[in-house]
Amino acid sequence: MAYSEKVIDHYENPRNVGAFDKNDPSIATGMVGAPACGDVMKLQLKINDNGIIEDAKFKTYGCGSAIASSSLVTEWVKGKSIEEAAQLKNTQIAEELALPPVKIHCSILAEDAIKAAIEDYKKKHAN
Amino acid sequence: MNHFELFDLPAAFNLDAADLQQRYRKLQQTLHPDRFANGSQRDKLLAVQRTAQLNDAYQTLRNPLLRAEYILQLRGLDLAHEQTTLQDPEFLMAQMEWRERIAELNDWEEIDAALRDLAVESRDLQSELEQQINAEQNEAAANSIRKLKFMLKLEHELEEKSE
Repeated sequence: MAYSEKVIDHYENPRNVGAFDKNDPSIATGMVGAPACGDVMKLQLKINDNGIIEDAKFKTYGCGSAIASSSLVTEWVKGKSIEEAAQLKNTQIAEELALPPVKIHCSILAEDAIKAAIEDYKKKHAN
Repeated sequence: MNHFELFDLPAAFNLDAADLQQRYRKLQQTLHPDRFANGSQRDKLLAVQRTAQLNDAYQTLRNPLLRAEYILQLRGLDLAHEQTTLQDPEFLMAQMEWRERIAELNDWEEIDAALRDLAVESRDLQSELEQQINAEQNEAAANSIRKLKFMLKLEHELEEKSE
């Protein structure tokens, strides 16, 4: 299958690969997996006291599209508020990377990773 | 006619693989092309179609994971075409660790040890799945199937490593 240029670019030069300390209160961690293909994605957001995402890192085990989707998302969410990041839709990711229909689930995975991370942050700051 | 009915078996997870194979061979013989050598074009076509259906049913039922998925499908839960994500942090963290371990495997011994560990984990999950299916805990069973798909992926990755 032919990957789009943007997918190849993110795949060959993934942005923001790595990890933060998940026990740090300012760090939100989202873990998601796609049963259909066995891909696993970890997305971490560094969120300041004003609810702005200052930094993001990811680690993904999966195909090129899954890696590109998570790499793209780390770029997109930086500087956004939690609320803005939560609005990100998988269709935007799929469109930007020109994902074919069989790879749409990779963009869904990335969207769900953001949501899972925000959920984790809210749980951490429930009190 | 569903796959179980085709083999005249109850729609249960527990299944004797040797018995299934025997039933498969018997049915296969009744559909053998030689038996239709003098038959009409329509009979030949039908036999080909039935053979394809039989093979499909056999491949589905002999594989525990596919069999479980098929039972849930009969109960109205379609997992084959779902695009939902799994959000079980503990399980996914273990998956990440598995992937890291696989990436760092150097020699046969390490690959072998990993395959053994993986087999143990998969077997535990599979016996859980078996209980859930028998107890008609369909949602829980669906989750176990999803997890087993990740384990299967790990197995493929390990097999690729050992080639």
